[in-house]
Amino acid sequence: MSTLLEVSGVSVSFDGFKAINNLTFQIGEAEMRAVIGPNGAGKTTFMDIITGKTKPDSGKVIWGERSVSLLSMSESRIAQEGIGRKFQRPTVFEDQTVADNLMLALKKNRSPFAVLRFRPGREDHDKVAELAERIGLSSALQRKSGELSHGQKQWLEIGMLLAQDPRLLLVDEPAAGMTPAEREHTTELLVEAAKTRAVVVVEHDMEFVRRLNCKVTVLHEGSVLAEGSLDHVTNDDRVIEVYLGR
Amino acid sequence: MADTALPAPRRPFVARYPSVLIFIGLLAVFTVAVTVLAEGFGIGVVSTSFVKTLGKTLCLCLVALAMDLVWGYCGILSLGHMAFFGIGGYAIGMWLMYARTEIIVTESLAAAPLPPTAQEISDGIATQIFGVVGASEFPPIWTFAHSLPLQLLAVVLVPGLIALVFGWLAFRSRVTGVYLSILTQAMTLALALYLFQNDSGLRGNNGLSGLQNLPGMDDVPQATISIVFFWASALALGLGYIVCAWVVSGKFGSVIRAIRDDEARVRFLGYSVEAYKLFIFTFSAVLAAIAGALYYPQAGIINPAEIAPIASIYLAVWVAIGGRGRLYGAVIGAAFVSLLSTWFTGGQAPDVNLGFYTVQWVDWWTILLGLSFVCVTLFAPRGMGGLIDVIIERRSPDRHGADLGPEPGALQEKEADR
Repeated sequence: MSTLLEVSGVSVSFDGFKAINNLTFQIGEAEMRAVIGPNGAGKTTFMDIITGKTKPDSGKVIWGERSVSLLSMSESRIAQEGIGRKFQRPTVFEDQTVADNLMLALKKNRSPFAVLRFRPGREDHDKVAELAERIGLSSALQRKSGELSHGQKQWLEIGMLLAQDPRLLLVDEPAAGMTPAEREHTTELLVEAAKTRAVVVVEHDMEFVRRLNCKVTVLHEGSVLAEGSLDHVTNDDRVIEVYLGR
Repeated sequence: MADTALPAPRRPFVARYPSVLIFIGLLAVFTVAVTVLAEGFGIGVVSTSFVKTLGKTLCLCLVALAMDLVWGYCGILSLGHMAFFGIGGYAIGMWLMYARTEIIVTESLAAAPLPPTAQEISDGIATQIFGVVGASEFPPIWTFAHSLPLQLLAVVLVPGLIALVFGWLAFRSRVTGVYLSILTQAMTLALALYLFQNDSGLRGNNGLSGLQNLPGMDDVPQATISIVFFWASALALGLGYIVCAWVVSGKFGSVIRAIRDDEARVRFLGYSVEAYKLFIFTFSAVLAAIAGALYYPQAGIINPAEIAPIASIYLAVWVAIGGRGRLYGAVIGAAFVSLLSTWFTGGQAPDVNLGFYTVQWVDWWTILLGLSFVCVTLFAPRGMGGLIDVIIERRSPDRHGADLGPEPGALQEKEADR
């Protein structure tokens, strides 16, 4: 399996505090990976670096088969390259309908002039309907997304990610604040997505991670502490120490 | 309550946005009514000066539309938009002044024993125009003033270019919110201060005057000219409204409203937020300039005080009172507040005698306006346009505050049983 994203030797510090310290991470195409770690381990900063929100002090972030560096690209350029991100809190455009939200995310030419002339055709509406079906929001297409419940907003955001058709999905705590049934649906969505693309899930909840059934990377103090199957890492002495404390 | 029907693709534009049709209809009725009542071609009930006021008001509605586009839809609170309006006015004013003075100078020199040379005519015009600031030569900025097409081009190009450069610098550095507002205020203040100088080449604080007299049309009465300008303003507003509605209706509108609500998220969707902001900022600057180019020939005079920072703040107040984020709101706000302002500050409003103090509206109008701005912001953020929502009962339920956890109803019975 070829490598899709390679992060090597990345460090970043905020006011002297090392949020990420010599971090190295790889993920292949069509791979699911869970990233766990205690609070302040650098999970969110790690995603910020990949998506271009934070520029690292040192290190390399290499992307795709052409091995381009993501560090010099803007956020929007990186997103166009095929990296989608879901934030911890659901951030959908509450003032717009579910259909508008999905249409906005649909993979199309992003330049202002193209968007100005763009009028959705039959196939675009079909695509939106199909996505809504997948995230269980078919009956809510014309509702304002601000009216949705928390769990539905989370799904809508996952739906928007899928609409972008990214090659790498970065998902930050997708199951936070969800009911058990909603969690199950979320797991299905992510597992399904990981069949055709790479998915990185940041999660606190071990039970959720177990259900994803994938390789796990444990972060601690900004670097990788352990990597492997969930059983492997949870039996690692250092991981136990970090998680359970002394 | 959820509408399960899929949106029917390819419905006509007007069917999806009935407000456009209603607006154009009302504007047409209004235009016809004023034409019938005015002196130019009608029965003469409405005075020429009031027709000019109405024509100017339509131009203000157009610049309010431009403001609504950047602020109401894209969330960029520009407090410098009247600078573009003023530049549009100056650009057309230069031609009006030049061409009219040229006619006068040519006529007066025609009586001379020798036919005047081109240089003599040019010098004569320059002395006439710039004598008031103690100069007698054309500054380079007037190079194209002799040509109407070129000055009309300048109406669009100069503000467009300024907006493009200013916007590029500001948006690229990710200046947002109140900092951007301050920056735009600084821009308009700097421009006003520059124009106040006598050697700015635009007659300092005298500004350009006599703009209501169209060159070569001395025989045409002002009554006729005023109604023609009124028509032109109505046409510009109507077209402007349709173009704005078209811009905000589709996916582009969706993107800029998304930028207003969560800029960072739009970036992660792969849209270049800066490019969109720049586009809408420049477009609305051009729109504002066109409004200005129609306004000042009706006002008759333009001077640097017109582009002082306060003018742009008034513009924001109109849009806020009218209701931002909806095109008709901006138009209602601009029309209502500016007409009311004319009435109050024109000395027509009766003073209120409180016994111990007499409220003179010329002084107190600003305070009334300020108070209503505060009240609208606090109690009716949708502005006057929000009243239309109440009438057609299209209020969307407010379900904010549910962001941080599942809805109480989300935990279904079968899950609770586990």
